[in-house]
Amino acid sequence: MGEMEELRKEMENLKDQITAARKTFQDSTLQEAAAGVTVVGRVQLKTRKTLRGHLAKIYAMHWGTDSTLCVSASQDGKLIVWDTITTNKVNAIPLKSSWVMTCAYAPSGNLVACGGLDNMCSIYNLKGKDGNVKVMRELAAHTGYLSCCRFLSDTEIITSSGDCTCVLWDIETGTQKTVFAGHQGDAMSLGVSPDFKFFISGACDFTAKLWDIREAECRQTFGGHESDINAIGFFPNGNAVITGSDDATCKLYDLRADQELLTYQDSSIMCGVTSLAPSKSGRLLLAGHDDFNVNIWDMLKAERVGVLAGHDNRVSCIGVSTDGMACCTGSWDSFLKIWN
Amino acid sequence: MLTFQSKPFQTPYFWPTQKWVAEDSDYAIYLAKRNIRKKGMLEPYEQAHYNHLHEWLNHKWDFIVMQATEQYKAGKERKKPDRVVFDCQERAYWIVNKPPRRTHSAMDSGLELLIDPNSDEKIPFDTYRRMNLFYQQAIMRSKVKSSVSLGALNKYVATYKNHDPFLAPCLPSNPWLTDNDTYWTLNMRQLEVPTKMRVERWSFSLFELLSDLRGRDDFKIFLKKEFSGENLAFWEAAEELKWGTASSMTSKAETIFKTFLAPGAPRWINIDGRTMGLTVKGLDHPHRYVLEAAQTHVFLLMKKDTFFRYLKSPVYKEIQKKALNPEPHNFSPGQLEQNAQNRSPGIHPLILWQQDEAEKAKAAAASAPVDVKALMSKLDRKK
Repeated sequence: MGEMEELRKEMENLKDQITAARKTFQDSTLQEAAAGVTVVGRVQLKTRKTLRGHLAKIYAMHWGTDSTLCVSASQDGKLIVWDTITTNKVNAIPLKSSWVMTCAYAPSGNLVACGGLDNMCSIYNLKGKDGNVKVMRELAAHTGYLSCCRFLSDTEIITSSGDCTCVLWDIETGTQKTVFAGHQGDAMSLGVSPDFKFFISGACDFTAKLWDIREAECRQTFGGHESDINAIGFFPNGNAVITGSDDATCKLYDLRADQELLTYQDSSIMCGVTSLAPSKSGRLLLAGHDDFNVNIWDMLKAERVGVLAGHDNRVSCIGVSTDGMACCTGSWDSFLKIWN
Repeated sequence: MLTFQSKPFQTPYFWPTQKWVAEDSDYAIYLAKRNIRKKGMLEPYEQAHYNHLHEWLNHKWDFIVMQATEQYKAGKERKKPDRVVFDCQERAYWIVNKPPRRTHSAMDSGLELLIDPNSDEKIPFDTYRRMNLFYQQAIMRSKVKSSVSLGALNKYVATYKNHDPFLAPCLPSNPWLTDNDTYWTLNMRQLEVPTKMRVERWSFSLFELLSDLRGRDDFKIFLKKEFSGENLAFWEAAEELKWGTASSMTSKAETIFKTFLAPGAPRWINIDGRTMGLTVKGLDHPHRYVLEAAQTHVFLLMKKDTFFRYLKSPVYKEIQKKALNPEPHNFSPGQLEQNAQNRSPGIHPLILWQQDEAEKAKAAAASAPVDVKALMSKLDRKK
């Protein structure tokens, strides 16, 4: 057992060295760096559209690229593709399992995916021959619930699961290409970098990990949260990561400096963050909370500059459209709202 | 105020169909009541909720304790079987509405959790070794000073400030506000004349320029004039290989080798010997990322040299001049109402996709290598 003790001591030593190294590279705080930046002022966004049609809690939504279409998943067992401008439903896809927890829109617009307590990721083809939307693939291999999924292309998709792993799938063959294991708790959410080379995952072990898709390894781990990380996303330039947690805070980590740059917290916010999305320029961070509101943060000054109140239940998902024009929130009150 | 019905088996109060919203104060009363019944019977997550609510609802804590005591007394007066049923319903109701941490629904609490959050971890020997290796790699990794990262973040935000629709108005008008979608018609994927804002975005980075198909087209025009289009063509071919279907990979790899990499190839790209060697070797067994090294090299070449020359070129300056700067809309309330009524769903995504496919097919046909023999024989026949 002596060797175990030695290894454990070595590990503690290495961890201390990393903390010390991070401190020496921390030669400036965001407050200092952003001191000269003009204040953003109060940001007021109003509800422009309400998308009605789901009959139960909405758990997830995802915008399509280059369009005003978005897909939402609800536990009434339906996946609905909305034309947000007219509030029409373009597709209403009935699901085999109603316990859905996530959905995703492929960048090409051809496919949508969803999954949940059935431990599977189901891929649907929207551009079927006779206009019918059918299941194209069912990706089953996870031993835990599917918490999040994101397409890389029409041939590859990444999923995160309650079995603590993330998996890269080959959609054509329906097989696992890479398993990214390393988290010590349920992986709750994931985000893909703008250049599609990396992805980040947040888990119930309070850490976020950066994974290299090609090399199939974990590049960096970020800690600091005091509770489960529910939401994660890349900063628009792809060099920083934003996480939202049950401890009611959001944190900004920089990939190149390998450390936390800022925490977004306020003593009046006591409930966990369920979802987050940055605005197009990265100046604003929109975070959905359990207290039915969405808080808008100024990312550079770490100040709250607005609140979106309008839902009658927890805000479960949020997304900003690709052109940055609108933000969509989905809630347990079964409505989606578009804000602008 | 909670009211109880003492009729047996009729406590529709807790039925989800009643759609009674679970209030925090009701939850506090429930937890306080359980505490009165037996101290220390709350689960850890319930205790955490209790502490939190005690802090947050401190101002009405007397009321909560009073309600809890009332309910507890009223409960004791009920017949035992009724009491048991009621307690079960109440307990189930709160498990559904305030599920324990780390569960998304009451469906997956308890034994089904794969990792027991309360147990201590027994880390095996091997894991220690791997973790230490990971930490050592982390120490050796080159880091950047936080001031540099912060500077970069600052710069990015400042560059895109006017392009963020939440912070700056868009021209001619924001379709969400005026129900007029001219903004989107002017910014479609494929069109002759782009807007000034869009052209400005192309100058922010090569990534931005290449991601916008219209920008990529303009870049191609410039490269054609410089007779150096092969780099971008190779980059595009590598993207197609990366995201294409598995079955097409071998044929794509062959075409790419013949067109760009083989000695004497018609569009030979100038990359260093080592990368060329590795790539050609890899093409024997093509896979999605076989061209990664070469593609990165080509991208960097374009980024460090060609991109900046493009920004200073007459091609870019011309498109800047041609670009539209639409006048801001000024709708009267009456016109806004009309806009709302005339809202159209826009072009169906299926049609847009079909248009895209048609364009791609045309482009592929146009850029296919010219068969000189066929052309010559055609000319001969004409004579």
